[in-house]
Amino acid sequence: MTDHDVALLRRDFPILERRVNDRPLVYLDSAASAQAPRQVLEAVDRYRRRHHANVHRGAHTLSAEATEMYEGARSRVARFLRADDPRGVVFTRNATEAINLVAHAYGRHHLREGDEIVVTVAEHHANLVPWHLLAAERGLTVRGVPLGADFRVDHDALAAAIGERTKIVATYHISNVLGNLQPLRAVADAAHAVGALFVVDGAQAAPHVPIDVTALGADAYAFSGHKVGGPTGIGALWMRPSLLETLPPFLGGGEMIRRVEVDRSSYADIPMRFEAGTPAIAEAIGLATALDYLDDVGLGAIWDHDRALARYALARLADLDGVRTYGPEGSDRGGIVPFNVDGVHPHDVASFLDAEGIAVRAGHHCAQPLMRALGVDATARASFWLYTTEAEVDAFVDAVSRSRAFFAPLTVAP
Amino acid sequence: MTALAQMYQAAILEHARRTRHRGVLDPADARQEGVNPSCGDELVLTLRLSDDAVTAVRYEGKGCAISQASASLMAEAVEGRSRDEVEALIRHVKSMIHGEGLHPDLGELAVLEGVRRLPARVKCAALAWTTLEAALRTHPVGGAPSAEPAAAEPDGAGTGGS
Repeated sequence: MTDHDVALLRRDFPILERRVNDRPLVYLDSAASAQAPRQVLEAVDRYRRRHHANVHRGAHTLSAEATEMYEGARSRVARFLRADDPRGVVFTRNATEAINLVAHAYGRHHLREGDEIVVTVAEHHANLVPWHLLAAERGLTVRGVPLGADFRVDHDALAAAIGERTKIVATYHISNVLGNLQPLRAVADAAHAVGALFVVDGAQAAPHVPIDVTALGADAYAFSGHKVGGPTGIGALWMRPSLLETLPPFLGGGEMIRRVEVDRSSYADIPMRFEAGTPAIAEAIGLATALDYLDDVGLGAIWDHDRALARYALARLADLDGVRTYGPEGSDRGGIVPFNVDGVHPHDVASFLDAEGIAVRAGHHCAQPLMRALGVDATARASFWLYTTEAEVDAFVDAVSRSRAFFAPLTVAP
Repeated sequence: MTALAQMYQAAILEHARRTRHRGVLDPADARQEGVNPSCGDELVLTLRLSDDAVTAVRYEGKGCAISQASASLMAEAVEGRSRDEVEALIRHVKSMIHGEGLHPDLGELAVLEGVRRLPARVKCAALAWTTLEAALRTHPVGGAPSAEPAAAEPDGAGTGGS
């Protein structure tokens, strides 16, 4: 994308006109939550003003319209993931809930005491804690595979970790800390060789790269709406329909039943079996609109833009004394840049940047095992998206440079 | 003065690297861990207590300049004070950092007041004080230590997003 293309796209994001602390907002926290384009805001508003009713139950016009829009959103998500059957798409609150759904419905149904789950050490807590809960309940072992020097899954370590007791292999697609795109096909093949389920946490990949769940070899793929420019409170799990069909429900209630007696019930077909209660209808429609927007811009173009900004930011930060960055360089590095200023805690750096209108994240990024592997307690993190400009990266790097002088008293011996 | 300059004034930056009360008391009458789950700040506080006073304070921890400065200021302010005075100070500090006023007894602790203009950082300033409060609560005057091992969490701590 040219500077001009980005400038045009920015007009779609009203929040980017805001000033923060008397400066133009420089929003470098899209990996935590992306801003939504006006097309999404308008689609949600239009649905609520014109079409809202409950889905799948009313015998009236509005309910039929809402149902058509909601199911249309499901088909849109399937198309986004290059999945041919929308019955494999279950709407959830977010990627976290999607992974919990797999842990409950698949894990409790298929895993027995002594079985094993394999993850990487770089997972977000959303792709660790659901497995820990399952492991504690069922007497399972969770094994962590280290990343190699190139920050890719170490295949020797993976081969050593996977065995015949391995029933689930779960990895990220793009790391929320390192920003790297993990090549997954070989991981999928290693999982399938022992008959394990291959689960992909796509929360950071969905906003940044074209996704094809079949080409990846994924059995399940999870992502969140608010990271792709959609609303909060909506996400999706895709799971191979032939597999999803074999699973018992996750939550119980209305919408997910076939027939209910006082003392027992039978359950609906997929995907409704996994959507108990009234779903987030407006949010699902907003999500579908966000996916339209992403495809209009082109995920290939977004990925190129992210990578160019990451290269630029890493190169500029490398020129600053006393500033460290983490993660790989190279063509698989997306627009997520963790960094630290020597002798200064990342929260203090983030407060300095915030005073200049620059929003970054600071902390452990819900990836404490990875922080330990990197040998740090926490980092600051700048993350870029389709609306981020090179001028914003310049403003950010210049502010990081000034923060060193501001906090210099912290770095002299007491 | 900007909110940033007011928060990170010289006294705060100086206290953040001060080592006078760093360390662990062994033996100690009270040991309390404080954590800030949203950012990973950790504090271990050890106290020596007499019947009605806090006689010695040490802390170990890692975290931002605000949390470390607050711990240093806390240790200096409460060591040698009566429990009643310490409990009153805890209340005054909480009121100050939540923007509810500056009590005259706060003295040097008033340098922490600036945090009320940085809402995202209030929990950093609070950590040392909520940890102290938990330590005193689990070690009541004249009583055996309570069995409650709960870690202290600062007021308003979130759990963090992705």
